Amino acid sequence: MSFLHVQGIHHTYFSKASATTALSDISLTVEEGEFVSILGPSGCGKTTLLSIISSLIKPSEGTVLLENKPISTSKNEIGYMLQQDYLFPWKTIEENILLGLKLSKQINDKTKSNALGLLKQIGLTGVEKQLPKQLSGGMRQRVALVRTLATEPKLLMLDEPFSSLDYQTKLKLEDLVSQILAEFGKTAILVTHDIGEAIAMSDRVFLFSSHPGRLHKTFHMPAELRRLTPFETRNHELFPSIFQMIWKELESLEQGNE
Amino acid sequence: MSKEMNKVDLLHKNYLQSLKVEKRWVRLYQAIIFLLFFSSWEVSSQKQWIDPLIFSSPTKIWNLFLNKLQDGSLITNLSVTLTETVLGFILGTLLGTILAAILWWSPMISKILDPYLVILNAMPKVALGPILIVALSPGYPSIIAMGAIISIIITTIVVYTSFKEVDPNYLKVLQTFGATRFQCFKEAIMPASFPTIISTLKVNVGLSWVGVIVGEFLVSSKGLGYMIIYGFQVFNFTLVFLSLLVIAVFATIMYQLVELLEKKLIKE
Repeated sequence: MSFLHVQGIHHTYFSKASATTALSDISLTVEEGEFVSILGPSGCGKTTLLSIISSLIKPSEGTVLLENKPISTSKNEIGYMLQQDYLFPWKTIEENILLGLKLSKQINDKTKSNALGLLKQIGLTGVEKQLPKQLSGGMRQRVALVRTLATEPKLLMLDEPFSSLDYQTKLKLEDLVSQILAEFGKTAILVTHDIGEAIAMSDRVFLFSSHPGRLHKTFHMPAELRRLTPFETRNHELFPSIFQMIWKELESLEQGNE
Repeated sequence: MSKEMNKVDLLHKNYLQSLKVEKRWVRLYQAIIFLLFFSSWEVSSQKQWIDPLIFSSPTKIWNLFLNKLQDGSLITNLSVTLTETVLGFILGTLLGTILAAILWWSPMISKILDPYLVILNAMPKVALGPILIVALSPGYPSIIAMGAIISIIITTIVVYTSFKEVDPNYLKVLQTFGATRFQCFKEAIMPASFPTIISTLKVNVGLSWVGVIVGEFLVSSKGLGYMIIYGFQVFNFTLVFLSLLVIAVFATIMYQLVELLEKKLIKE
């Protein structure tokens, strides 16, 4: 049995005017320690799926099992990182990264020093007492990563976490995140619309089609790329051909829609 | 290098100096307006350009001020009005914020109460004065209620709107950590709305003065509002102006205190 088991997910949003099916018959599995990406055009229900997996939304149909058990947010099994950092502007960096521990009442000397150590490890020292607005965008997103990791989640959700950063910062953060996740052996699901990013970071890429969101195709990244850092992958000779392959699939999806 | 540093330092000093000069000019003009206003008032009253019986004059007001200070009646009336205003202000803001929190807590209650809030907000609250006085007996309770009721509904509406406008992604962050609704309120909704709450405080300072003074008009037994209505009835407009100036000074002081609180609460 897989680490994460998503089975037969359907989800429909209702409004007065219409009923919109966001996801249709999604089934997938993720192994422990694996890094997978969900790639797709806008409107393919990527964020909805993440919200369902992290049990923020109850799906219309289907089940999500983590280690054969239903997921509950109160046990801090899931870490969720959003498009923007969403650090609380009135809290210091230290208060921000300890937030998850505080909410679940797990805060003690050990977890606290763990979280602060993580901050150091990610290359931020001496910022504990500063406010988020004193940091740059890249630094803030790193703080957000520390906040997510501080509660030691089993599964990490990354919802386009690099999309609001400038290109250089984005490449650097990709390497950093991938290195940190590998070190801790974390399982992660990345949602992105950036083909390059999906190839560079993942072991597997799930390509979604839109309206309604469906799992269209799964790409397995070759073993030699999976060993490399995201930055090295982007420069590998295999990279352009995989990029082309996924690009063509995406194109065919769009034509199918038109 | 050091030469360049000196140059920057010098420019910075010049900049600071220019700021200081500008501030001095502003203060000077403010003082001129103040003096001009009171001296022209005094002169035109003495020369009978304006009716001294109606418009009084600064010296008469000053003498009456010293007089009332000595016989203690000003302090008594002032402390009555101040107590009522401060209590009405705190009560109005507190109850309004609590009501807003209840509306946020339960969308159902908020939907049910929506038309009633609109009606209560549109209604002129001072018109409730006579009913309050009869219901709560003339005196402190009814006047404090006037000071509070005038600001409760508008506080509720403004603060509730700001609660609803907090970026839902902050709540999402908290929910992924398994936060309860109370924790969401305490960690995100409340602190994110502090700036709005403070600005309603500023509005409420003015509103509760209105409520209390009108209340004292109606009850007419003590307080600055009573001094105004009494001066009006015996045609002693010096007394009316004295009360007005005292109100102006203390309303300003209250406003400044709220600004001080703002600086303390919002660390930015």
